[in-house]
Amino acid sequence: MSEPILATRNLRKNFGALAATDDVSIDLRAGEIHAIIGPNGAGKSTLIAQICGGLRPDSGSVHLLGRDVTQYSKQARARSGLGRTFQISALAMEDSVLENVVLGALGASGNPWRFWSRALSDASLTAKAEAALERVGLIEHRHTRCAELSHGQRRQLEVAVALTLSPKAFVMDEPMAGLGAEGSKLLTAFLDQLRAEAPILLVEHDMDAVFALADRISVLVYGQVIASGTVEEIKSSRAVREAYLGEEA
Amino acid sequence: MIPERLVNWVVFAGLLAVPLWAIVVDEPFTITLVTRAVILAIAAVGLNIALGIGGLVSLGHAVFFGIGGYAMGILAYHAQTYTSLDLFGLSLAGTKSMPIIWLVAIVVSALAAWIIGLLSLRTSGVYFIMITLAFGQMFYYFAISWSTYGGEDGLSIYVRNGFPGLNTLVPIQFFGLCFALLCIVLFLNARLQNAPFGLALNAARQVPTRVETVGLNPMRLKLVAFVISGAITGLAGALFADLNRFVSPTMFSWQLSGELIVLIVIGGVGRLYGPVVGACLFVALEHWLGALTEFWHIYLGLILLAIVLFARGGIIGLLTGKEGAHV
Repeated sequence: MSEPILATRNLRKNFGALAATDDVSIDLRAGEIHAIIGPNGAGKSTLIAQICGGLRPDSGSVHLLGRDVTQYSKQARARSGLGRTFQISALAMEDSVLENVVLGALGASGNPWRFWSRALSDASLTAKAEAALERVGLIEHRHTRCAELSHGQRRQLEVAVALTLSPKAFVMDEPMAGLGAEGSKLLTAFLDQLRAEAPILLVEHDMDAVFALADRISVLVYGQVIASGTVEEIKSSRAVREAYLGEEA
Repeated sequence: MIPERLVNWVVFAGLLAVPLWAIVVDEPFTITLVTRAVILAIAAVGLNIALGIGGLVSLGHAVFFGIGGYAMGILAYHAQTYTSLDLFGLSLAGTKSMPIIWLVAIVVSALAAWIIGLLSLRTSGVYFIMITLAFGQMFYYFAISWSTYGGEDGLSIYVRNGFPGLNTLVPIQFFGLCFALLCIVLFLNARLQNAPFGLALNAARQVPTRVETVGLNPMRLKLVAFVISGAITGLAGALFADLNRFVSPTMFSWQLSGELIVLIVIGGVGRLYGPVVGACLFVALEHWLGALTEFWHIYLGLILLAIVLFARGGIIGLLTGKEGAHV
């Protein structure tokens, strides 16, 4: 089996007596979508924060492209190829759509120390930004103020900003949250192609999307991975049905 | 509503027209008054880079204003007394040359801003306000106890410093110099705001997490903004001291830091001409209302209250009908 692009090894994080992350080892391999599901309070957000650098684990490690990035800051992980989208949109609301994506392109260029040239006249930045907007279908809204976008459009913009970084791996925290049926369907189709470019670690509550997209699913309950496998394996797992899918199944 | 560009041009033309009119009717004091507004505007333009774009509410910008003032005072003092300035074992001569004084004011303020910023930017919100205030007070009390340079009484400089090719003692010539510097500073500010750095800084104010996830360091962006901001306010301090031919610890006072914030809020936070409009209004009120009553600050306070409650975009926001500084 090929080397994983993104991996956690025996990750642990305690908040007082609560084990929010309890010996979690997961992999994300090239070309796949690996979904993390679990009931509320299972520790999904805590896990994501440790992968992306917002929280330091008590023990264990995070590896990106075979490199140990456990001690890296959020910025350093982003520069090493980790692209992230947020559960609650983190966008510059006062700025235009284009400016938000140009920020991503600027991050990718690694050099914000330009005080003279116009950012929006810099073809190397705008070309990349507009290409990303084109892909998520927001190009005609490029001059709209971000605050005026619909919720669904903000989700698309989140993805566009992540695209500008040409990441080696995506971590997406509930990209479908708050989207209508139509919006989820579009985004599902988009993520389906995106996995060929870079694998996606997908935290998602929308089970239709998860079952449609995931190559593998890991189920997190009380900070532990209780099951990991293909969609079929997870659907038929007794432990998962009891712990999580319970009533629905 | 009026386009912002038009408002800016009217303010610009007004700043130029009033002193010219004052020459015609021979009112040199009016020129001095407008010069004062221009210098305060430069100081506030400096602060607006940190405050308006970077979101850094610094209640210690008088530190840089004072450093600029003392850079002028100390250099000119040694020049007028023909004494040498002993620094780190070097014996330096004073100077009465404005370009050199400005350069020293800018470099020393930038250095101070870098050190203060490095320490203060570890905090945010109210703590940032308090720590910058604390630095301001440190400099204020240091200046009071610095007897070599006049302590509490300050330093008087007998003749205004010189600029090659100009007679700076003529009010309109000194005004022209200050006005030219304001233009340069505004131009730099406009470029910076639209440049990649401005875009990133603007985002760092709104959503630091986003800036981090694209691989940039919001702290470092804010620190650089703080240094640029401090350097510009320092330059204004040197001009202010030259205008009055006097420096004293009040240039370091927290009231002055507060006034700079008030100027910006009145004019329009984050707007290019916000500080200019604020400074003009401030000086006008200080002059006209100050002549009527000693308690003119009450009226300034009422205006500030009205703006904060009803016109968050300041006067420029009111005129242009746009509350936000952006788009």
